[in-house]
Amino acid sequence: MEDVSKLIVIGGSWGGIQAALSVLQPLPANYSIPIVLVLHRLRNQEGGLQELFERKLNLKALEIEEKEKPEPGHVYLAPANYHVLLEKDHTFSLDDSELENYSRPSIDVTFTSAADVFGENTVGILLSGASRDGSSGLKYIFEKQGLVIAQDPAEAEVATMPLAAINSIPGCSIMNVAQIQSFLLSLHEH
Amino acid sequence: MRLKEEDLFELEAEALIKEIKAQYGYDFSGYARASVYRRIKRFLGQKHLNSMGELRQFLFTDSFFFENFLQEITVNVTEMFRDPTFYLSLRENVLPILSTYPFIKIWDAGCSTGEELFSLAILLEEEGLLDRTKIYATDINQKVLRQAKEGIFSASNMAAYTSAYYAAGGKRDFSEYYTSNYGNVKFNSALVRQVVFYPHNLATDTSFNEFHLIVCRNVLIYFNRELQERVFRLFDESLVSLGYLALGKKETLAMSGISGDYNFVDKNNRLYRKTS
Repeated sequence: MEDVSKLIVIGGSWGGIQAALSVLQPLPANYSIPIVLVLHRLRNQEGGLQELFERKLNLKALEIEEKEKPEPGHVYLAPANYHVLLEKDHTFSLDDSELENYSRPSIDVTFTSAADVFGENTVGILLSGASRDGSSGLKYIFEKQGLVIAQDPAEAEVATMPLAAINSIPGCSIMNVAQIQSFLLSLHEH
Repeated sequence: MRLKEEDLFELEAEALIKEIKAQYGYDFSGYARASVYRRIKRFLGQKHLNSMGELRQFLFTDSFFFENFLQEITVNVTEMFRDPTFYLSLRENVLPILSTYPFIKIWDAGCSTGEELFSLAILLEEEGLLDRTKIYATDINQKVLRQAKEGIFSASNMAAYTSAYYAAGGKRDFSEYYTSNYGNVKFNSALVRQVVFYPHNLATDTSFNEFHLIVCRNVLIYFNRELQERVFRLFDESLVSLGYLALGKKETLAMSGISGDYNFVDKNNRLYRKTS
């Protein structure tokens, strides 16, 4: 058995940084499930994001390095200009292949890869965004019996991304930030 | 149910990797799996193939089809002056030292379709070093080597390349280097007058020369630890003492056996120098 059995993957685009910060803010430093965060950002834009998350959260924020293994108590940020994949041994791989949905990192790529490795133990959360990226990856997680959540479009800064997911996944849970917070806290194992 | 499907795919993919090695000699056993599997699935979709069995049949009866497959499986996405600060750093920190050698040898390992190669050549030209430099441009894939030699790129990327060129410290009017034609641009072939192109497979081939600078960016991310280690040893053997090694922004020597013999010239840009 591997040391970590669950993985939370979160995607966001326009309005996603703020939403992700809010969602993760109440989680304790020893939160039991590793979190991978894929946010669209400007190409070739350097750093800044990791420092912001590190400052605002109890969790430790790291930019993903290839061949690292996700650990509890951490939020892992997809680096600018690379797709993030997961290997069977739970380590990260980076990939600089074609853009997907005009994006690199692409949320679909990471969601799909996470579901291939973690199956029903994958939790996928899609936040605010003006892109169509993420919905087919979230659907794939759902098909692998993972848990899927879209941010309530009424509350999201830009509703396009969560709406695309809700429309294509009949079983998708719809939650606002406060509900996602409590849901994540309920997954925490002391 | 779906999990089983994935397991079956993996078994078939692993068998395919073995067969490719046996029939064509290309060894993908040291490649990181998540990306290889994703590339294979993507290729199946592109070619409208319904099964791995169909793919096998085409691959082993049609070498042209195989060459196409090879190009898709090995990622050939690249751009000119990618990470401009890397090129700026090369210009400011490395080329002044290289200019003290009477003759400079550079290895562009995994040169793909040539965008990085032309970027390097432009840098060397502007620093007045191109005529005493020899660049060895290698790739596993002969098809991309032919493209690299041509230096023809899509015009749609030129706006981005132009701003990257200036961010990399470009000294001229970027358009001096190319001519536009039918949605493409062709770079001045004089830029590659000092370049030797040839196929080299980092997974299986050996060292073939000594270099002052080796550039291998965003190639190692596709390899597993063992293959990465092989390639690091190969580079170490191929660098002169005090030679330079340039890796991709998310690649590191830190976990390798040779890391003790290298110092950072520019940590952020993963530019190393051999200490002995």
